Amino acid sequence: MARVTAPVGDWSQDFEVLDAGYIEDPYPIWDDLRQSCPVAHTERRGRAWMLTRYADVVEAAHDIERFSSLEIGVVNSEVQPEGYDEADAQYGLPPISADPPLHTWTRRLILPWFSHTRVAGYEELTRDLCRRHIDGFLEAGHADAAIDYAQQIPVRVVAQILGVPETLSDTFTGWVRDMLEFGDDPERNLRGQEGFGTYLMSELERRKTDPGDDLMSELLATSHDGEPLDDRLVLGMAALVMIAGIDTTWSSIGSSLWHLATHPDHVARLVAEPGLMSSAVEEFLRAYSPVTMARLVTTDTEFGGCPMREGDKLLMNFPAANRDPEVFERADEVVLDRAINRHVAFGTGIHRCAGSNLARMELTVALEEWLARIPTFRLAEGAEVTWAGGQVRGPRVLPVAFP
Amino acid sequence: MKIRVDPDRCQGHARCYALAPELFSVDDYGQSSVVGDGTVPAKLEEKAHLAIANCPESAIEALAG
Repeated sequence: MARVTAPVGDWSQDFEVLDAGYIEDPYPIWDDLRQSCPVAHTERRGRAWMLTRYADVVEAAHDIERFSSLEIGVVNSEVQPEGYDEADAQYGLPPISADPPLHTWTRRLILPWFSHTRVAGYEELTRDLCRRHIDGFLEAGHADAAIDYAQQIPVRVVAQILGVPETLSDTFTGWVRDMLEFGDDPERNLRGQEGFGTYLMSELERRKTDPGDDLMSELLATSHDGEPLDDRLVLGMAALVMIAGIDTTWSSIGSSLWHLATHPDHVARLVAEPGLMSSAVEEFLRAYSPVTMARLVTTDTEFGGCPMREGDKLLMNFPAANRDPEVFERADEVVLDRAINRHVAFGTGIHRCAGSNLARMELTVALEEWLARIPTFRLAEGAEVTWAGGQVRGPRVLPVAFP
Repeated sequence: MKIRVDPDRCQGHARCYALAPELFSVDDYGQSSVVGDGTVPAKLEEKAHLAIANCPESAIEALAG
């Protein structure tokens, strides 16, 4: 991504989550901020604060009175896209963009879709997807682990849940990237929102007369307080499942494979000791947490000694919190058999990622299937790995070679 | 050893269930609860401690006795 942001002199007063150097290597910046200024500030694209300590992130995530979910994007678009409708926007993407009470009942509607039992039902599909994609590049001896593999898996599982065709996966991925990775680019943002919105709207209309066995059909048949759900809520919830279900898990799979491609000793150990996979998955989630979320400050207040104003943004940097040495020993090291790992990669409090069971299953299966067929691999010679960052961090180009 | 899950703190991370499925059950909404009355057989005490230590919401407690 060749976007250029104004250079950052002082990260404590002028942070920029889309800074190219930060996206590539945020770790030293987080370490500095945790020690010198754990509540960092910026005036870029509106006033915002960023928390990097575990204790602060956890406190803010639980303080839903002062910190509302009505704005969760970490990057404010400078211009609202043409055709932006304030009234429609209020519906957002519940439950992630809602506070109680809307949050509470919309969350209960989607949670069963991601229960243990349901997720176990998606496992075989996920394994088949992984095997099918590996078949496509195994003989070649090289692949882009991000584009040819990580990116291809979660979108197809989500397509199944939504009952939309897997053949449109690339289109879905494009829209979601427009919305999540290009928050500062109104044109791309609008392209994603419009493309996705129009598509989901037509799918919703179709299900009104021809319901299927999918999330939107079920939501259309649901009522709340004796009333059917507003179409805009159904659209928002379906959109959330796709947006939150694609970029995040794909980023986690990609980061984990990047780690393994650069740590052959860890590959060898996981191949030799497959029983370590569950703790390894938690450790990859901790060390390479993809998601940072924002909150809207609801009142003039003070947090960590910093004066926040109503309308400011507060960024809860879960990835930085998960490398806080106050909480994690050898915080910057990946310890495959880490026994105590109270990470908050999926957030904490009432907005705990509703799809966390699904994400864990997909990440586990994607790594298991990869290692079963490709037990040794490395970064391809001369590989130029690129990363996306901001709301969701993960590799976007990851050329690897094997055996 | 006896344990309980605080239903107000539990947010459905399901770490306890992953680490000690013998001791916890999780419903369709992610809510975790102890199996039976929460009494932990001696051979599962280590697992119970792991579940307690890994709960991101600190929702599991060991009861005295």
